[in-house]
Amino acid sequence: MAASETVILDQSGIGRALTRIAHEILERNKGVEDLALVGIRSGGDFLAARLQNQIREIEKVSVPLGAVDITMYRDDLAARGNLPVGKTDIPFPLDGKRVVLVDDVLYTGRTIRAAMDALIDLGRPRCIQLAVLIDRGHRELPIRADYVGRNVPTSQEEDVKVRFDDAHQPVEVRLVKP
Amino acid sequence: MSFRHKHIIALRDLNKEEIELLISTAESMREINERDIKKVPTLRGKTIINLFYESSTRTRTSFELAAKRLSADTINISPSTSSATKGETLADTALNLLAMKPDIIIMRHAVSGSHYFLANKVSCSLINAGDGAHEHPSQGLLDMLTMKDRFGRLDGLKVAIVGDITHSRVARSNIQGLTKLGSSVFVAGPPTMVPPGVERLGNVTVCTTMKEAIQDADVVMMLRIQQERQGKTLMPNTREYSRYFGLNPVNLKLAKPGAMVMHPGPINRGVEMSSYVVDGDQSHILRQVENGVAVRMAMLYHVSGGGSVE
Repeated sequence: MAASETVILDQSGIGRALTRIAHEILERNKGVEDLALVGIRSGGDFLAARLQNQIREIEKVSVPLGAVDITMYRDDLAARGNLPVGKTDIPFPLDGKRVVLVDDVLYTGRTIRAAMDALIDLGRPRCIQLAVLIDRGHRELPIRADYVGRNVPTSQEEDVKVRFDDAHQPVEVRLVKP
Repeated sequence: MSFRHKHIIALRDLNKEEIELLISTAESMREINERDIKKVPTLRGKTIINLFYESSTRTRTSFELAAKRLSADTINISPSTSSATKGETLADTALNLLAMKPDIIIMRHAVSGSHYFLANKVSCSLINAGDGAHEHPSQGLLDMLTMKDRFGRLDGLKVAIVGDITHSRVARSNIQGLTKLGSSVFVAGPPTMVPPGVERLGNVTVCTTMKEAIQDADVVMMLRIQQERQGKTLMPNTREYSRYFGLNPVNLKLAKPGAMVMHPGPINRGVEMSSYVVDGDQSHILRQVENGVAVRMAMLYHVSGGGSVE
């Protein structure tokens, strides 16, 4: 049976959501002081770069940008088989930073748990906040997002996919039903 | 791309994509070795046994560090302290170790092919840290990673391997890996130390003189004279060997400008390489050792994947 797919957020919708998140991040943190963005590979790193651009447009300041690969921190190595390992690249000291972790889809929360462990191995941020484009529910850990682009109620059989173009810009979000 | 092997015994058993996956994983692992906290929890709770029937400093330490940086528990067993001295067979030793439920056994053994013999008998993963004159896959991989660092590719490189090819597992693993990834390998050594038929391993050219092999080479890899493995009759003396097959600043000029000089260690200074070359600008020997830890982390990671394929 062919899976049915619905576009739940298009390019302009994603753009508006990210603009709002950028403003919310600045509002919550009262500006850009000590602020840093860390995207989770792969997907979150592209969104983090977009947020960095939008914050630059608003505040005329480039906040530090990093990317974290959580493959080595997963709790399901044996079950998943070996996934390719990406690079963690955080070119600034994390100590004392207000880190905003950025991911595309928040689901079980396990990825975020792994990303927080990875960050804490690299330094001692002052705080860690979480920004996601889509929150689809079904958390398995006590984790919640501080900034959400869109809440999408889903069933566990469904899948949410964020598509990026070749320039790593988000194009659309699709809900895939089995 | 997923890695499908439970054991890593020889680069001969891996295809091009699998070798590239191991190398690219190692490139990612390197970042962990640069951190203040050089540890990730990936292999937490896994037990790794280092079983070394032959002496080793670099390889054993490197595997042990790799395991520890991935949070695995490691123990080292060497023949002088093991029951092998009391007459226990290899298979019995392995089965006894297996009863203690290790996840990975890393073994070095003097007999070529001993890992294939054990692979059918053990339920854990087996990694070859060198078997006789057969293969030394982690060394081959780290050599390829070091070359890739310098050139950004392996395809189209001319790699000269000079020395005792017959007894060198390093040479065999490099030949297997490099030819699969598109390099051309030129080997040279005294005729008594070049195995007949080596050209059938792939894109390998046998040269009668060292000059021919290193002419315009991108990489010059020198091998150690393995006096423990060969009889006394393969060469008259080390001084004569050094004269015909030793690398010095003069003959290194035959290679391409800025060619890489590599050696798997331990080096016999003044025999296969002059100290000027060992310590010179073109030497990447310590970089090889540095890459060794990352490559071995990649190997441990990929054999631990549970063998499932998505």
